[in-house]
Amino acid sequence: MTLIIASSCAAVLLAVAALAVGIGRSPAATPTVYGLCLGASAVSLAAAVTHLLGTPTPIEATLPLGLPWLGAHVRIDALSAFFLAVVDLGAGAASLFALGYGRHELAPTRVLPFYPAFLAGMNLVVLADDAFTFLVSWEFMSLSSWALVMAHHRDPDNLRAGYVYLIMASFGTLALLLAFGLLAGPDGGYAFAAIRNAPPSSALAALVLILALIGAGSKAGLVPLHAWLPLAHPAAPSQVSALMSGVMTKVAVYGFARIMFDLVGSPAWWWSLPVLALGGVTAVMGVLYALMQHDLKRLLAYHTVENIGIIFIGLGLALAFKAYHMSLAAALALTAGLLHALNHSVFKSLLFFGAGALLTATGERDMERLGGLIHRMPQTAFMFLVGCAAISALPPLNGFVSEWLTFQAILLSPQLPSWGLTLLVPTVGALLALSAALAAACFVKAFGITFLGRPRTPVAAKAHETDRLSLAAMSFLAALCLVLGIMPGVFIDALAPVAQSFAGARMPVQAGVDWLSIVPIAESRSSYNGLLVFLFMVISGTLAASAIHRLASDRLRRAPAWDCGYPDSSPATQYSASSFAQPIRRVFGTVLFRAREHAQMPPPGDPRPARLTVVLRDPIWETLYAPIAGAVGWVTEHLNRLQFLTIRQFLSLVFAALVILLLVLALWP
Amino acid sequence: MRGLTFDIAHLLAGSLVLVSFLQLYQDRLYALLNIFALHALLLALSVAWQAYAQNAPHLYLTAAIALIFKAIVIPVALHRIIVRLGIHREIEKAVGVGTAMLLGIGLVALAMVVMLRVTAEADPLAREDLAFALSVVLLGLLMMVTRRNAVSQVVGFMSLENGLVLAATGAKGMPLVVEISVAFSILIAFIVVGIFLFRIRERFDTVDLHALDRRRGERP
Repeated sequence: MTLIIASSCAAVLLAVAALAVGIGRSPAATPTVYGLCLGASAVSLAAAVTHLLGTPTPIEATLPLGLPWLGAHVRIDALSAFFLAVVDLGAGAASLFALGYGRHELAPTRVLPFYPAFLAGMNLVVLADDAFTFLVSWEFMSLSSWALVMAHHRDPDNLRAGYVYLIMASFGTLALLLAFGLLAGPDGGYAFAAIRNAPPSSALAALVLILALIGAGSKAGLVPLHAWLPLAHPAAPSQVSALMSGVMTKVAVYGFARIMFDLVGSPAWWWSLPVLALGGVTAVMGVLYALMQHDLKRLLAYHTVENIGIIFIGLGLALAFKAYHMSLAAALALTAGLLHALNHSVFKSLLFFGAGALLTATGERDMERLGGLIHRMPQTAFMFLVGCAAISALPPLNGFVSEWLTFQAILLSPQLPSWGLTLLVPTVGALLALSAALAAACFVKAFGITFLGRPRTPVAAKAHETDRLSLAAMSFLAALCLVLGIMPGVFIDALAPVAQSFAGARMPVQAGVDWLSIVPIAESRSSYNGLLVFLFMVISGTLAASAIHRLASDRLRRAPAWDCGYPDSSPATQYSASSFAQPIRRVFGTVLFRAREHAQMPPPGDPRPARLTVVLRDPIWETLYAPIAGAVGWVTEHLNRLQFLTIRQFLSLVFAALVILLLVLALWP
Repeated sequence: MRGLTFDIAHLLAGSLVLVSFLQLYQDRLYALLNIFALHALLLALSVAWQAYAQNAPHLYLTAAIALIFKAIVIPVALHRIIVRLGIHREIEKAVGVGTAMLLGIGLVALAMVVMLRVTAEADPLAREDLAFALSVVLLGLLMMVTRRNAVSQVVGFMSLENGLVLAATGAKGMPLVVEISVAFSILIAFIVVGIFLFRIRERFDTVDLHALDRRRGERP
């Protein structure tokens, strides 16, 4: 039943895409399309949650679509139900947001048809139960999101983003294609059931691990395959940015989890090494890149990279524990990773909605041209603040819970019997802690520069609060951040079937613990109570505020700020995003990004202003992508000659190829 | 009887390879055409023998097609083209006789090695036949690569196709439809190439393919 509902929702979304092509130009198109998407996602979400909370026995079906002798297998088990819920939660919120936000869209005909198609693609990836269906849906998802990235194609930056995205997406799909090819084996058993029954040998499994890391990692944004992500995610319209960052990266995580926890069979201990190392590096690099940004949407996209790192740390730990049959610890790590996937999709969508609301209100993505918006857009500012606190992992919000659970899993690592892991895991833990702290700094910057202080430009001074529907979507997600933060036990229990089937055990039942506490391992070790923290903050905050108002003078006075003796201070003299990041840039950026600052002081008497120029270089782009791009360019330049051969030379080429192939056949041992 | 069948099939297919070698070193177009007609005649005989040996009457039809079109119609038509183009005196070669023969020997050896290795379990009749057929195909290709004149390239192409027919008839159970469609596609290819020859000639006053290269601005 669940499966039928979920598949029909995907089919409805595809139909809406076709409908959007037909009615794209009419003014009713935007509300119709987004309304239908909202409805379909809500139904699908309800089905997924029911399945997850009920008895999640896998349901399978074969649809008479796709390849004639294979059909399209679909299946819903605990893992896919969870990710289906994540996808449709994000999709529903984005559709609600877009009901308001989409009205300001300049080119609706370039967005409306692809938006439902993108949603349908993500739903189908999660439901797929054979490699063919999986890859087709995956590529469908990639291409429709590419079309959405290219929606505003007049901007040359977007063109470049689309180009890089298309290359990286094809590359990732190629890696996944090879991974599934290896898994299916020479008999071509492409159904997941067949792959499960015949797990590959250990050497093949290692290759599959690498290919899955490349394929799913490039879609999710693992460093160093993240290069397309900060270009493409901000280029799309904001509701799509939210979907790409919040949801599509989770679909990639699902792909990785499906392959590594389900299809490959029981893991070897060292599989977790690359996953953990990449996760740690990704977390820190993502946040460091983010700190150097002053484009709000790009900053958020880099934070997606960081959070994907955290999720992969969780998954890597789960692999390590699972390899040593430490089922409880594996369940904890897996739950932490998956919970963080859910949490990240919630707060990242919220933040992108906030950035979208700012974009409609001011037309600006550059923080250095905003400021003081808390007075003009108080509600958006509050929602954005909640999102910032959540992503910075501040209790009592949801980001804290999953990062805390990840740390709990890291603290179990001394029990691992392998010295490689006992050395690596604490390092990864340190990287995780560093990235959490830097993320907090980064969001102080993002919120402070954008919403506090004085407006830096006239557009920021004239901004208006965004529309009701957008605010509704944001407040829904903000509330969800709080609910996830103070009642994490409910969600941990909901994830129990996933942990049970893929880690071998489940975390202790949280439902019976008093006062909504969570106890990941045992009461004696650690427990956390979000409700208590929340109540403490509310009560102490209220007490402090009332005390101040009661004891101090409650007369509101407005006085000029001290201006260092200059009579009329310009808003440009405020703290800026790059000045806020300067200490961190000096500490980390000097080595990592080869950050150089050049100060140009005019000689005394010269009225010109002094200038400070900061030069940053992207080490990964320069050492990895630029040489590859150069090599490809060189090769194409030289292969171009093949276009101008004579007829006889063409014939000779064919002839030579034939002879060489025959020679190979003749000499093959 | 079994031994004789095999020997005759072997003889005919082997002669086909020999005639392919003969084609390789012809430097006069008329002589080349005559050899090609002989090539097609041998093919027709070989196919007819296969028809008899496999007791497959439809192969007689294939043999008849080969005889009528390849041994008679196409050589006569090419003859007339050569006369009308006035190129019967031309001598042309891109690779010398010695080199071409050496390459040809190498190719035949390669074909033998490959075929005898891959078809270890097959019926010996089909096996030898396939090895010879592959040699004929390779020699036809070699001829197309070593010649410059468009007419001799057509002949190379036709003899390549003869090799394909030989392979097809050697394998039991090849449907007649396939053979007929191959024969007709060759005929159509021949017509198209013939028309092109005249078009090329009209434009460049020669059927030497060098002219085309010069036209594209590659050789001075």
